[in-house]
Amino acid sequence: MFRNQYDSDVTVWSPQGRLHQVEYAMEAVKLGSATIGLKNKQFAVLIALKRAVSELSAYQKKIIPIDEHIGISISGLTADARMLSRFMRTECLNHKYAHDAPMPVGRLIGLVGNKMQICTQRYDKRPLGVGLLVAGYDDQGPHIYQTCPSANYFDCRAMAIGARSQSARTYLEKHLNTFMDCDLQELVAHGLRALRDTLPNEVDLNTKNVSIAIVGPKTPLRICDEAELSRFLALVEGEERRGGGASATGDAGAGPERDAPGDERDPQPAVAMDTE
Amino acid sequence: MAFMGDTMNPAPLWHNGPTPGAFYNFPGNSSTYGPGSHPASDFKAHSASPITTTTTVIGLKFDKGVVIAADTLGSYGSLARFRDCPRVMKVNDLILLGNGGDYADFQYLKDIIEQKIIDEKCIGDGLQLKPRSLHCWLTRVLYNKRSKMDPLWSNYVVAGIQDGEPFLGAVDKLGTAYEDAAIATGLGAYMATPLLREAVDKGGLDEQGAKALVQKCLEVLYYRDARAFQRYQLGVVTADGVTVEDLAEITPRWELAHMIHMK
Amino acid sequence: MSSIGTGYDLSASQFSPDGRVFQVEYAAKAVENSGTVIGLRGKDGVVFGVEKLVTSKLYEPGANKRIFHVDEHVGMAVSGLISDARQIVETARSEASNYRSQYGIQVPLKYLNERVSMYMHAYTLYSAVRPYGCSVVMGTWTDYEGPQMYMLDPSGVSFSYFGCAVGKAKQAAKTEIEKLKLADMSVKDLVKEAARIIYLVHDELKDKQFELELSWVSEATKGKHELVPREVASEAENLAKQALADIEDSDEGEM
Repeated sequence: MFRNQYDSDVTVWSPQGRLHQVEYAMEAVKLGSATIGLKNKQFAVLIALKRAVSELSAYQKKIIPIDEHIGISISGLTADARMLSRFMRTECLNHKYAHDAPMPVGRLIGLVGNKMQICTQRYDKRPLGVGLLVAGYDDQGPHIYQTCPSANYFDCRAMAIGARSQSARTYLEKHLNTFMDCDLQELVAHGLRALRDTLPNEVDLNTKNVSIAIVGPKTPLRICDEAELSRFLALVEGEERRGGGASATGDAGAGPERDAPGDERDPQPAVAMDTE
Repeated sequence: MAFMGDTMNPAPLWHNGPTPGAFYNFPGNSSTYGPGSHPASDFKAHSASPITTTTTVIGLKFDKGVVIAADTLGSYGSLARFRDCPRVMKVNDLILLGNGGDYADFQYLKDIIEQKIIDEKCIGDGLQLKPRSLHCWLTRVLYNKRSKMDPLWSNYVVAGIQDGEPFLGAVDKLGTAYEDAAIATGLGAYMATPLLREAVDKGGLDEQGAKALVQKCLEVLYYRDARAFQRYQLGVVTADGVTVEDLAEITPRWELAHMIHMK
Repeated sequence: MSSIGTGYDLSASQFSPDGRVFQVEYAAKAVENSGTVIGLRGKDGVVFGVEKLVTSKLYEPGANKRIFHVDEHVGMAVSGLISDARQIVETARSEASNYRSQYGIQVPLKYLNERVSMYMHAYTLYSAVRPYGCSVVMGTWTDYEGPQMYMLDPSGVSFSYFGCAVGKAKQAAKTEIEKLKLADMSVKDLVKEAARIIYLVHDELKDKQFELELSWVSEATKGKHELVPREVASEAENLAKQALADIEDSDEGEM
């Protein structure tokens, strides 16, 4: 692997004005399995692909509820995500305690961003190696936010992160303009199709490896149970698969601003359900 | 200025470690309990009485909004000391805040609330603090202070529009909080509340009616409360926004004083 | 930069033999890779223009802003790493808030600038932290001092400007700004110039999508920093597009 002398600490700028440690942390996000967030006029939806560490283990949880109106889906280091989710839960509770109202989603994200920045600037810390998709609902409607290890965050109409998520983003970009006006069923179906595009041909979505969370008006965050999951999966079952799994693999799109397009360092597991 | 650190009392080099010439001092160690380990400097005396005070503040809901009124006298004990102490405050486009009690405490909290609103404008996400949130926040602040035996000597009346509906709530210096259609604090709680409740129970109050009734209450209080004053402020909050009207004055009619007979 | 790679450029607390602190210079490089930001100080106010590069179609249009409010009367436009810049914004906000709580008036920009500069400079002194990878421009208008504008570098150095530019196309933008008679212009005109300059210096080949952000603080806004209202902004934007198209037409004519 290529090495350079400017990549050993977060406190070192490279002559090009880059922070290699931060960029490496961005790579950690691509090691996690893919997850997708999208929204229509009312609902925000998270859809995640779960992995099992071994045949004997359960599938690793990907969606973490934060509050009645906010949920996150993670990709990258789960332990880092748990730290962040604890922080987010605390902030939501404190806001509710002091103001008797749910935390506005954008403000929570701002706090998370500021917290994550601290550890990109200190010698004795490292950036958090996790990307989040945050789905939330507040007075301004549904939101999808993406956060990065670089402490950057983006207000998104739809987004996909994680391994081979470029194919999902391609799908989302293609259908972006239809999301706003479609109903919840169609929205989830779009999400499932996008997620399926990240899979290799021999693997398909099922109730075990998919997780869906929905939040909306008068709909507190709900992680779908198996019955609901299979109803949603039936929406896209039997549809012809597009060439997703085989083609686009570059993960440049969701990278930091300066990530060169076509920078293909996406890990390619032999079997998508394989080890993490 | 938390980021500058506490320059007066620097943190110890290490916690719970060996102190020169002493035994290890772990937390929970029995030697840290008991009167012997609490020098007099550990105890603190707080002011427990108000200095410059204001009296009643009245809040009344009507069909499309809320009206708040309070006079502008700052009393120094029984001395009518300051004649221009405004205490009906526009918080944002949704909230009016009224206060009675220690005027310095109000000024202190007013600055904090104003900064809170500026912080919110700086975020620039278009969201505005809502009256119920401010009411809750005030409750937390006042209850916390009183639990430290250091109360802010104030009554607050929060009026506003909460998701399109009129909101009226009160918090006192102990952190006791409630919502009602009519609220009067201080001496007004005894003398104005009955008048206000009567009108609320009858129903059908509009803006004009509510204003007239509140003005009537202020007049009654001016006659009977020795800490009340003829000059007052009146504010209205509706879905259209918040207005605090110019100072107005009660025209007193002391000629009827001879009808009052003390027994 | 002959000393690059000789090992004297790995820490902010280390000088190179020829007396430079390379880490600070490298941090400035991060700013040069970012979208262009310009600040124009006219006779009655300050205008900010930002070329916000949009790296994905999936982002919500108009979100993820690069212009911030520091206080009611102070605006800040940032270039460089946005996550670093947000920390500077937070610092500036808490300075402004502290000043108000101490003195009961709005913080003078001269003082605020000094404090924020000191803060940024502190991050160039130690090996345990890295310098900030962002430059910020702050502006205000007051009735007693008129328009004020400062630009701060990652090094912690700051100057007051009539017109300034940072980011990718700062050279081209500076050239354009120098042609303006800034001291005679009102913010109404400056908004149009800001839009024109940002459109002009945007490199369509390298960065496809961008959003123009405009804000101002002036006599007309009663000294409050505000985003330029949508109608005014889109008028300025249309004029900018028109001006750009005219240039392209005339270029073709000459060929």
